[in-house]
Amino acid sequence: MIIYGTAILAACHLLGVYIGDLLGAFIGVKANVGGVGIAMMLLISARVYLHKRGLMPDTTEAGVGFWAAMYIPVVVAMAAQQNVVAALKGGPVALISAIGAVLLCACTIALINRTGPKRQDTAWQTGTVAEES
Amino acid sequence: MEMIEHAIRENSLVGAFAFVGLIMWISVHLSRKLTFGRVHGSAIAIVIGLALAYWGGIQTGGSKGLADLKLFAGIGLMGGAMMRDFAIVATAFEVQVDEAKKAGLVGVMALLLGTIIPFIVGASVAWSMGYTDAVAMTTIGAGAVTYIVGPVTGAAIGASSDLMALAIATGLIKAIMVMVFTPVAARFMGLDNPRSAMVFGGLAGTVSGVSAGLAATDRRLVPYGALVATFHTGLGCLMGPSVLFLATKAIVG
Repeated sequence: MIIYGTAILAACHLLGVYIGDLLGAFIGVKANVGGVGIAMMLLISARVYLHKRGLMPDTTEAGVGFWAAMYIPVVVAMAAQQNVVAALKGGPVALISAIGAVLLCACTIALINRTGPKRQDTAWQTGTVAEES
Repeated sequence: MEMIEHAIRENSLVGAFAFVGLIMWISVHLSRKLTFGRVHGSAIAIVIGLALAYWGGIQTGGSKGLADLKLFAGIGLMGGAMMRDFAIVATAFEVQVDEAKKAGLVGVMALLLGTIIPFIVGASVAWSMGYTDAVAMTTIGAGAVTYIVGPVTGAAIGASSDLMALAIATGLIKAIMVMVFTPVAARFMGLDNPRSAMVFGGLAGTVSGVSAGLAATDRRLVPYGALVATFHTGLGCLMGPSVLFLATKAIVG
């Protein structure tokens, strides 16, 4: 049933956020530490485990796949509720800091990626992206 | 007309699905007709979203962009942190475990650099613009990490509310710039494989910026970048009020 997939996704999400909160409290930070990242790792483990045992029929996968495909529309909705006005009102300090940080980080990313190992692996490209037209 | 408005208000999330679907449809057509597919449809959709957010903010004076208009309240739910994180976690389903493992260490390194570099830039700019005390420099520097790290750090070290607003603005501008310019600079940054996406996720920071930037570049890279980026805010909140504040204090006194 399709809800099984969505339920597994929801369970991983909640457990990950809970662990992230615990981690934050443990190290004394007023924030969730990597909750979503932990949830992603839980979901990956769940997929691998269930797949090996043959407990992951296509319909169950569709219950997760739908939400993965909804990702871009959700991001568009997220963009539509950013506080753009406040961002533009921040003045020169905010603007220059942000531009400087973005430029320097972009250069660092380019540096790391260009010096890294060149690999021709293409396995990652054959994902299960549902919405590509 | 009033009846339609009423129907949308009563079913705000459903209204948001229809509205975002319309934006996507327009964007995909603009992408094909105007740019011959060179600019990704999702990149155009995100820019339209940001423009609408600006318009909504001007109309209502609120802080949630288009979602502050009653008719578009569903956008707030659809694009809120809950749905965003739920969809991000779902993308993990497509992660190739080996690829993610191979880039684990470089991801952690990127995460550290992604906290320290923006902080130094933000704190230095603050200093050069007359904010010479350690609290102000740290708060603005933390804002340059992400717009959540800024206020969390500011609150912990006793910054004033104007400083926190400034830190939030810094983080927001950074997130918006990452959203808009990632597809433009993707080739320059070598953003074309899982490892590079993880490096990007660690260094660019802000889940919203990374997730939207990668979505507009190559949807298949999203889970790898997001996997690293979600640790960004936590690490920033950990380092901001502690190590980074103490270091700043030691330097400027």
